[in-house]
Amino acid sequence: MADLSSDFLGIKSPNPFWLASAPPTDKAYNVVRAFEAGWGGVVWKTLGEAGPPIVNVNGPRYGAIWGADRRLLGLNNIELITDRPLEVNLREIKQVKRDWPDRAMIVSLMVPCEEQAWKAILPLVEETGADGIELNFGCPHGMSERGMGAAVGQVPEYIEMVARWCKQNTRMPVIVKLTPNITDIRYPARAAKKGGADAVSLINTVSSITSVNLDSFSPEPSIDGKGSHGGYCGPAVKPIALNMVAEIARDAETRGMPISGIGGVTTWRDAAEFLALGAGNVQVCTAAMTYGFKIVQEMISGLSQYLDEKEMSLSDLIGRATPNVTDWQYLNLNYVTKARIDQDACIKCGRCYAACEDTSHQAISMSPERVFEVMDDECVACNLCVNVCPVENCITMERMPAGSVDPRTGATVSDDYANWTTHPNNPAARPAAE
Amino acid sequence: MTNSPFTPGIVPARLDGRVLQENFSDLHAPLDAHEALVAADRCYFCHDAPCITACPTTIDIPLFIRQIATGTPEAAAKTIFDQNILGGMCARVCPTETLCEQACVREAAEGKPVEIGRLQRYATDRLMASGLHPFARAAQTGKRVAVVGAGPAGLACAHRLAMKGHDVDLFDARPKGGGLNEYGIATYKATDGFAGAELDWLMQIGGITLHTGRALGRDVTLDGLCAEYDAVFLGMGLGGVNALRADGEDRAGVRDAVDFIADLRQADDLARLPVGRNVVVIGGGMTAIDAAVQSKLLGAENVTVLYRRDRGAMPASRYEQDLAASKGVRFVFNAMPVAILGNGAVTGVRVEYTRAEGRSLIGTGETFDMPADQVLKAIGQTLEDAPDVLTIAGGKIAVTGPGRTTRKGVWAGGDCAAGGEDLTVTAVAEGRDAAEDIHDSLMG
Repeated sequence: MADLSSDFLGIKSPNPFWLASAPPTDKAYNVVRAFEAGWGGVVWKTLGEAGPPIVNVNGPRYGAIWGADRRLLGLNNIELITDRPLEVNLREIKQVKRDWPDRAMIVSLMVPCEEQAWKAILPLVEETGADGIELNFGCPHGMSERGMGAAVGQVPEYIEMVARWCKQNTRMPVIVKLTPNITDIRYPARAAKKGGADAVSLINTVSSITSVNLDSFSPEPSIDGKGSHGGYCGPAVKPIALNMVAEIARDAETRGMPISGIGGVTTWRDAAEFLALGAGNVQVCTAAMTYGFKIVQEMISGLSQYLDEKEMSLSDLIGRATPNVTDWQYLNLNYVTKARIDQDACIKCGRCYAACEDTSHQAISMSPERVFEVMDDECVACNLCVNVCPVENCITMERMPAGSVDPRTGATVSDDYANWTTHPNNPAARPAAE
Repeated sequence: MTNSPFTPGIVPARLDGRVLQENFSDLHAPLDAHEALVAADRCYFCHDAPCITACPTTIDIPLFIRQIATGTPEAAAKTIFDQNILGGMCARVCPTETLCEQACVREAAEGKPVEIGRLQRYATDRLMASGLHPFARAAQTGKRVAVVGAGPAGLACAHRLAMKGHDVDLFDARPKGGGLNEYGIATYKATDGFAGAELDWLMQIGGITLHTGRALGRDVTLDGLCAEYDAVFLGMGLGGVNALRADGEDRAGVRDAVDFIADLRQADDLARLPVGRNVVVIGGGMTAIDAAVQSKLLGAENVTVLYRRDRGAMPASRYEQDLAASKGVRFVFNAMPVAILGNGAVTGVRVEYTRAEGRSLIGTGETFDMPADQVLKAIGQTLEDAPDVLTIAGGKIAVTGPGRTTRKGVWAGGDCAAGGEDLTVTAVAEGRDAAEDIHDSLMG
């Protein structure tokens, strides 16, 4: 079994699987059960300032979309930050951290965008013995209407300012949780760094309406016939999150800044992908909310087996794929592939034909006997046939060897690397470096 | 092919060799990787899952299925073997339709449970094919334990003891280890020498020495073992067979179904195995079903299972009954043999209908004769040669808790011990739990 112990900002945990700030981490009862199940750490559900607790809706808080077999693919919520009194949360955090010293205990915070508010809460959190704080600049619903959450996260200057206040007023490591509801994730990440934050975590939930009831014409979840946009999470958001993590990991200004990856992590494989793109650990919520705390066992065994098979350590994996994320303009235009159909594997459904004939490049032929074959002189290697084929590995993309002639273009395939920046069709092309 | 299903008497080669091979190949083809993913996807990962509760060895089924779903069947296998070191055989022979799959919430909801048995086979086959043994022995304790019987109970016990660092001498009366896995399971449920391969794989843990051809009461005694070893586990199964108590039981052509099945399992060439044209199997358990189905698959023209009670009371599950029916086996319920007819060799069975009266079963007086040239008795097995010092309860060795017999230092499990259903998986659980208790008592 590979060693999964994790060190994120000096915060140690027995594995890189933390529970994200959310309902599963709202109270000691849940968090203790999570630790018993094997979770490496938690980010305690967001605390607000002292005073009358937050009020939640009294109708449904969640909406979802499902696959045909009711597999939950995306979850949406309109729940706000903790609705329990601040002192109760602080007391429980202190007790749980004392009882579970080897687990990471991060406290999520959201108070008004005023320095005094942050100055007031930071010492209280510090006193619990928590390992760090996460600034919730991500929540897209409810709190953002009050100038908090995503309302801060959408303004880089605010992020920088609050991160600085926190760094100046606590010794605890500061993680800034970013909202994906912006146009370019690099700006808030850069702001967090400028403010002195130790790390960023992302993504928070995506603003969303999961569905509309076509009888009552209310968005779901429906509160007395009305709906409000919620925050979308779960497996459906993973591709969005992966890209944002990679953007920050490879950005010149934020490269090297620790990232806690969040967004649809459901299996060890999802976690490994986040880590490979540069996340130092991952946070999980929807998977735990769907299947219970026990799923961490599969994540632990799976990641461990993978690292063993690859003969890699956890730190070897982190960022392993980051250098392979690049801009389109640097992709090798001399990399020529063609689709290949394995006739033995083909079940003759014709989906590849329909996709190619109707929507792509008319590069697959169909015989009266339902034999489907790729016409190399038309195939641009778009991969759509591979993606729509129901049989795994039936259609594959095979690289044309250097020296062969691409029948579509008539050009000889070169094994030189050449990209758009030097392409003759590019009006802004620069000559290749001498 | 020299004979046909219509050849009278008990003769070999009723079917072509190729047909025989096909008949005795895997009953259920193994899942391929894609099928396994699709099957695994149906698991809901239930909380406090009913399937786990239904499994005598308490395998964490949702976890192992999720591990298959996430592309780590080897980890899935480890999850299975943690609880049940014979998880490969159990995947093949467990009556899942009355255990985990019956408990599956999708069975209740749709009548289509998650295919737990086949998924378990997929995972365990993958790991075993790698040749790797996923457990390592703890430091040696210097303690020595004798395990009598190398069947499911004894093997599970021996493996767990060896894993904990004890040295195990494993004795079995037969020429090969494996017990009923090797001699008693229908051929098409454990093809390609699986029982032997599983035994070899299990022994990789080290610290177990198998002594075959050594029977309790004949070659070793309980007193001798107790004197020589720190603890003794008895898992020798049931060596005897109940008598039919019908006239003519000694006629040629009448034999025990367990022997018929053992011959089948050990046969190098199925075409040389003789089988009757009209076979009558008496009994209602898995042995009866296995003997009946295999008789049919060997080429018997007519195979009839006689069961003295009604269908609902039959110990063999409806699934197994339907399997047998699909192979052409005929069931006659509420019927018992009163005489084996013939003159030397059996020529028929006189059958009397029965009816239940309270708890007892009585003949109705109405009889009929059915032709038979072979009669297979599958009416239950009995404990044989149990050491006198042990208390016997209901014909089996009395045990309390995790297999403790009435003699200190002696544990028992599997079919020879009282309590529990006589299933492979139950025997594994009992052997494993006894090993844990032996360990605690030795190291405590």
